[in-house]
Amino acid sequence: MRWLLICWLIVLGVVGGGCASDDAGTDTPTLRFVFVTHGQASDPFWSVVQRGALDAAQHTGTRVLYQAPESFDLVTMSQLIDAALASRPNGLVVSIPDADALEAGLTSAREAGIPVVSINSGGEHSSRLGSLLHVGQSEYEAGYQGGLRLAAEGITNALCINQEVGNLALDERCRGFSEALESQGSSVQMLAVELGDPTESTQRILAALRSDPSIDALMTLGPTGALPCLRALEEIDNPEIIFVTFDTSPEILDAIESGTILFAIDQQQYMQGYLPVVLLALYHRNENLLAHEYLQTGPGFITKNNVGRLKELTARGTR
Amino acid sequence: MASRDERLRKVHPIRRLLSRPEVGALGGALVVWMLFALVAGDQGFLSLRGTATYLEVAAELGILASVVALLMIAGEFDLSVGSMIGASGMLLVVLSVHLGWNIWLAVVAVFIFAGLAGFFNGVLVVRTGLPSFIVTLATLFAFRGATIALTRLITGRTQLGGLQEANGFNSAEALFASELTLGGADWPISILWWILITAVATWVLLKTRFGNWIFGTGGDAKSAGSVGVPVRRVKVTMFIMTALAASLVGIIQAVTFSGADVLRGELREFFAIIVVVIGGTLLTGGYGSAIGAAIGALIFGMVRQGIVFAGVDADWFQVFLGVMLLIAVLVNHWIRRKALQE
Repeated sequence: MRWLLICWLIVLGVVGGGCASDDAGTDTPTLRFVFVTHGQASDPFWSVVQRGALDAAQHTGTRVLYQAPESFDLVTMSQLIDAALASRPNGLVVSIPDADALEAGLTSAREAGIPVVSINSGGEHSSRLGSLLHVGQSEYEAGYQGGLRLAAEGITNALCINQEVGNLALDERCRGFSEALESQGSSVQMLAVELGDPTESTQRILAALRSDPSIDALMTLGPTGALPCLRALEEIDNPEIIFVTFDTSPEILDAIESGTILFAIDQQQYMQGYLPVVLLALYHRNENLLAHEYLQTGPGFITKNNVGRLKELTARGTR
Repeated sequence: MASRDERLRKVHPIRRLLSRPEVGALGGALVVWMLFALVAGDQGFLSLRGTATYLEVAAELGILASVVALLMIAGEFDLSVGSMIGASGMLLVVLSVHLGWNIWLAVVAVFIFAGLAGFFNGVLVVRTGLPSFIVTLATLFAFRGATIALTRLITGRTQLGGLQEANGFNSAEALFASELTLGGADWPISILWWILITAVATWVLLKTRFGNWIFGTGGDAKSAGSVGVPVRRVKVTMFIMTALAASLVGIIQAVTFSGADVLRGELREFFAIIVVVIGGTLLTGGYGSAIGAAIGALIFGMVRQGIVFAGVDADWFQVFLGVMLLIAVLVNHWIRRKALQE
């Protein structure tokens, strides 16, 4: 019997501890927004999104709850959306990695009159699914801007390295990049590498560079492609080759600092957490709604000039 | 009652009730419900919509858990059910969208595929004599990997939609994914499937010869075999059943979301075992209940969705789950010991 009592005290303690802070504002109706995303708060990328949302909640005097499945799981995500809607929040913020899977949930949000803001992925479906606006980065546009910036360096033959062929977002990045460069008269080739096998990826990049010495620029589409590429460049040791990448990681920031990577395209996901809270608060309190349906948080560029400050901010968890 | 035979001994009805495996889980379910009613009742947990959302979560896991409970009573584990959900959903979408089959034909093909996979698991376990935990851990990865690789090979993608365009989708939706709107809430048909499968599993377990065989196989396979229980056949049959239950969940999910992705069902194998254990089934086999597993799934659903209503960050969900599991095992252990004591 004593055992049982102790166990329940533990459970009550966990529940009570989690809720105690939330009960404070029940007299004055605090605006309450729920985030349901496909990315876990333990993921370095999404923890920055969550940080942005919580900071904005503090700054606007609202309450934010961040929910995500334990692993990439659209079924659970859609069930979390259902629960969030049944708790009747003042706003719902979702990412849309699969429009088909989440359509039903978002439709019932619209029917219940709960305003929805979508973030990160799914910008192209956002307005069709009844979201007020989308806060994210258009992958094609980000690739295009990156391509233009690279063309300004005077390169002629670029290689786009895709570590996950079939991932729509990455294909779009590569497409934008290629079309920008081709519009400036440079040629672009595509190289598929293996996400899960850095050693083989390095070898494949080396083979491509050796078989075509006229390649003078490399673009990778994320850290998992960038790291093998860094290793390949060490081996080939040709300072003429310009290397740029999407997204950041500590290794990428170091490489920018040392000059191996010219720039990294950053989607500034802190704003994908921060802005929806501010926008929804304004929507409720002041009947404000932005005219643009698509807020581009990227591409932002990380170069040698701002990398030092960015490393500080990364350590603080906001970049 | 002149006889002093201990088999005819009178047992106090309350003691007899407490010796049922699902009693601990039932008490747990009530306490969890009251807990969330207290802290999140005004946030919508008690509303019909709130109830529908946790019943849906419970239903999808419960369909799996009731059958997994029977397998575990028979003394075996099936970890491959998680990847079987993903494989079945993906196979359904590939067949009916990519290859243009009628959806019903595809459903039949998926069930045949799942039956064969379950048969394979079962035969591998009884033939090699290896622990099913290891064998199905291997097939868990093998099925998941094959799903990813073959889907990418055939379609070049990892996520497929467009099932609503398939031939016969409307009738399939009626059976697998329709919703009944009642009291302002949408009640998915998976809840009916859950109740139906739990009822059938309970009937098989308690009222049929096969049910006795299951208990015998899990209790002591050797002596069961020597009194004529076809131990191997029981085990292989149960492996086929768990694979079929997993593929039913996969089909329900694919039809509900009119598409599939290769990662569906991840971690479900462990969630299923957790709720079966919460429901009072012993890990060692020979003792347990399908109703208990259903109640375990209900607890899972309430905790899973309840923390959203309570305003607790999702990070805490797994802590709750772990604590619940531990409490369930302790309570079951305690109740059993009390009930078996003179």
